[in-house]
Amino acid sequence: MQRSTAKALFELLSSMRFAISLLTILAIASVIGTVIQQNQPFNAYLNQFGPFWFPVFEKLGLYSVYNAGWFLVILAFLVLSTSLCIVRQSAPMLREMRSYREHAREVSLRQFAHQAELPAGRPLAEQRERVDAYLAHTGFRARADEREDGVLVAAKQGSLNRAGYFLAHGAIVLICIGGLLDGNLPLKVQMWLGGKQTTTGNQLIADIPASARLGENNWSFRANLFIPEGRSANVAVLSVDDGILLQELPFTVSLKKFHVDHYENGMPKRFASDILVTDDETGESFEHTIEVNHPLTYKGVVMYQASFEDGGSLLKLTGHNLLRDVADEPLQLEGRVGDTLRLEHPRYDYALELTSFSAFNVEDMGSGEDSATGVDRLREHLGSGAARTDSGRDLRNIGPSFTFKLRDEAGQAREFQNYMQPIERDGRWYLYTGMRETQAEPFRYLRLPVDEDGRIDTWLAIQRWMFDPARRDVLAHRMASASFGDDPSVAPMRDRLVETASHTLALFSERGYETVGRFIEASVPAAERERAADVFVKILQGLVWEAWMMARVDAGLPALEINENRAAFLRDTLAALSDSLFYEAPLYLQLTGFEHLQATVLQVTRSPGKPLVYLGSLLLVLGVFAMLYIRERRLFVLLKHQGAGLVAMSSNRKAIDVDEAFQRHAEALSALLAPDSGEGRTDPTATR
Amino acid sequence: MELAHPSLTRTGWLRQRDTFDWLYAAALVVGAIVALVHYHEFMDVYDDLVLILHVPVLIFIGWYWKPFRPYLAAVAALSLCSIWLYQGDLQRAEQVFFLKYLISSQTAIMWMSALYFMATGAYWIGLLARSEFGDKTGSALVWIGTAMGTAGLFVRWFESYLLGPEIGHIPISNLYEVFVLFSLMTALLYLYYEQRYDTRRMGAFVMVVISAAVAFLLWYTFSRGAHEIQPLIPALQSYWMKVHVPTNFIGYGAFALAAMLGVAVLLAERGILAGRLPAVKVMEDVMYKAIAIGFAFFTIATILGALWAAEAWGTYWQWDPKETWALIVWLNYAAWLHMRLTKGLRGAVLAWWAVIGLLVTTFAFIGVNMFLSGLHSYGSL
Repeated sequence: MQRSTAKALFELLSSMRFAISLLTILAIASVIGTVIQQNQPFNAYLNQFGPFWFPVFEKLGLYSVYNAGWFLVILAFLVLSTSLCIVRQSAPMLREMRSYREHAREVSLRQFAHQAELPAGRPLAEQRERVDAYLAHTGFRARADEREDGVLVAAKQGSLNRAGYFLAHGAIVLICIGGLLDGNLPLKVQMWLGGKQTTTGNQLIADIPASARLGENNWSFRANLFIPEGRSANVAVLSVDDGILLQELPFTVSLKKFHVDHYENGMPKRFASDILVTDDETGESFEHTIEVNHPLTYKGVVMYQASFEDGGSLLKLTGHNLLRDVADEPLQLEGRVGDTLRLEHPRYDYALELTSFSAFNVEDMGSGEDSATGVDRLREHLGSGAARTDSGRDLRNIGPSFTFKLRDEAGQAREFQNYMQPIERDGRWYLYTGMRETQAEPFRYLRLPVDEDGRIDTWLAIQRWMFDPARRDVLAHRMASASFGDDPSVAPMRDRLVETASHTLALFSERGYETVGRFIEASVPAAERERAADVFVKILQGLVWEAWMMARVDAGLPALEINENRAAFLRDTLAALSDSLFYEAPLYLQLTGFEHLQATVLQVTRSPGKPLVYLGSLLLVLGVFAMLYIRERRLFVLLKHQGAGLVAMSSNRKAIDVDEAFQRHAEALSALLAPDSGEGRTDPTATR
Repeated sequence: MELAHPSLTRTGWLRQRDTFDWLYAAALVVGAIVALVHYHEFMDVYDDLVLILHVPVLIFIGWYWKPFRPYLAAVAALSLCSIWLYQGDLQRAEQVFFLKYLISSQTAIMWMSALYFMATGAYWIGLLARSEFGDKTGSALVWIGTAMGTAGLFVRWFESYLLGPEIGHIPISNLYEVFVLFSLMTALLYLYYEQRYDTRRMGAFVMVVISAAVAFLLWYTFSRGAHEIQPLIPALQSYWMKVHVPTNFIGYGAFALAAMLGVAVLLAERGILAGRLPAVKVMEDVMYKAIAIGFAFFTIATILGALWAAEAWGTYWQWDPKETWALIVWLNYAAWLHMRLTKGLRGAVLAWWAVIGLLVTTFAFIGVNMFLSGLHSYGSL
């Protein structure tokens, strides 16, 4: 009873049905892993799936499908199933490979799909000689069986087809085992048996306990080594679930310099780390440059150029006050990327987290439109494949930028991205500062127009004038005077304009165009709204102009005449003033200088399974080709003392080429055995 | 008694070569030597090795499949002519008539596109009107289109070096270039089977998938400007690219061809066009042959990709979406082959399976780049 259960289990596990089912499950599981982005921070998943599904998916291991226990179990079953299949098939297959089936009976040969009579007439010995020569010549190996009425020559070719089976299926087992050795399994075993535990990332390396450290003799790992320029490291970091483990290395790596080279069009050309490797045991050291596609192997550890980050660049910042009723001097700040500075002020208290710096920013500044049409469009696409400038694309380096977060006392943070240099759009120049509430959103940019000196001081001075309630009336009066003159006869109109302008400015100071627009909708009939909007914009522009002139008076500068360029600046200023009311920071942080310090991220691995996988791959290719392209064929030639002989062919595959091959062999043999065939053909090798 | 001769001369394969075969081989050897000497400074030892290995492979293909020889000769002539006309100056593409309107890379690829569309039409006329003239025209157009397209890729390779030696690279580095490669591979595989099975009636179906690829290519060119040669990002600067990508596209091309034959089989089994198409048995055989060669090369390509990944990303397999989908494609065709070879399955099920297989393959080829993010992002739309 037990025996039969074991046998049934063996049958099931080694069956192709079971293997195919496993493969199907594997394929579906793999698809899940491509749809859900793997190994992201848990916060990202929490945002994506919500508090209900997040823990469910976590339990199922969907954030790291390919390392999940159940996935490894499927793989293990696949190895088992394939191995058993090989075991089960090996005996009959070997027998098949060795045997010639020379004892086949005539009756059974006559039932073959491919069979034909052979001409009689020649003596048996001669027939045999000719057939043997033919078979040897066409690559068949043969064995003969003498019988009463004649002889059966059983021949075969392509037995290696069966060897292909062993190669290909054995290869799968090898590859899976190698893959398991290089995967997460050894780590899991160490965490489970060795009592290793992950820890949180935000502590000093020296403080991390031994339980979260893997020794330098660990034989299978994949970790990241982060080294800023001018610093050294001998401990790499593994991210596991939501924590980290440290991997100690038997050597120390110092980064001398990290290179990022660009092509002319701004695309990256080369990432390279100039490193110095020092053996911790002997103190010996050597220099090397690691590049993408050019790793370094030392002491069984392979080091790859995986990524790069900021290594703590020094940023020099000027904070321009944006609060409307405070006249602070610009604030000078300095900090490194990764630092958190404190912004203390009677009106606010922020933690300023400097998160990143990037020295290059290549952006497409083109319109994205191709102007040509019709035949011209076609003609434009003829010729060389070299890039042309009229495709509507315009890649440009728009200079350095940095990002930071402002975190309030409640812990809420907003993220900002500021560019260092003014950027041109449609002939005008602006300083860009972007803001977003969460990582998932794109940055929304505030464009601050720069003045003729390339500075934003003018805009800042106008802003202070425009949004200071105490000075609203000054602007309104000046603007009205500029419109109507100081003649007492127009006093009533002038006074009305003062009142309107003052009111408009008050509205605009709240939420910019939004409040002005809402006021128009509420108080002006639909038909006249457009005209009214024009009037309001004119008034606002007049006010901005007056604010500008007053700012110049404050600075001891002479008044200006309006011109085309200044009118455009007025429009930009007004738009930026309106947008700035949605900019949730008390300061505009301008980057005034930096010292770039980069860091390289090297991936360091030991993969003991690699030789197995590579060997398996080689065998797999050989096996696949053998199975698909070595055709196993058996040819049976029954020769008789008396009467017609018989040729029959079998193959382990049904295909058209079997028909063709049989046709060929049958015709050739008939010709050779025909009684009237010439003497010269007795020795086939002599025909050429 | 002539029948006895060929069957007795299996070992005489070398001796069976005629003068043209030897001329062809000699031309390849000389060509390779000239290329080695002339372009030596642009190649490293792996490039040299790949070039040298191409000689025996191309000789074998040319000897085994005769029409390949004039095709290769035409490609060489067109490419060399174009290179000569350029005289090292990219601007000449705009000035020289033959470059602008015939054999600069873009123009040659445009010609390929046009010829493939025309060939599709010709094959359909041939099929519907039972016109041998239509079939032969289709066949000729595919040959010429393929020669133009291949020459276009070679010229593009040359042009990339004219842009700057540091920019120069083999044109198989982005989605635009590999779509050209895909069209060419599928067409060449089809032309081989057309000759091997001595029937041109499958062309109407196979050319549909090539035309679809070409239509995508044109859209990609005109609306996205994808034809512009871009320099290689660091991850792609590897000799592995030269072997990984073309191998993969033999696979994709063969799977696409098999799927179109699957469609033809399904139609024929329902009696549609049955009298005009080759016998179902023949089409099934071609379908099997295509999937077999596609599977073999796809296996090699995936392994080459793993070897490359080990060097570039530090691990031979990391379940990147592209890798995972390649595995799914591989498993799919492995199962298909098992069903046919081990279980002896035939008919509609396998035909449907081949068609669905193309959908899976297409997703692995383009869908992954469009919808999933991962390391293979340089092929993004």
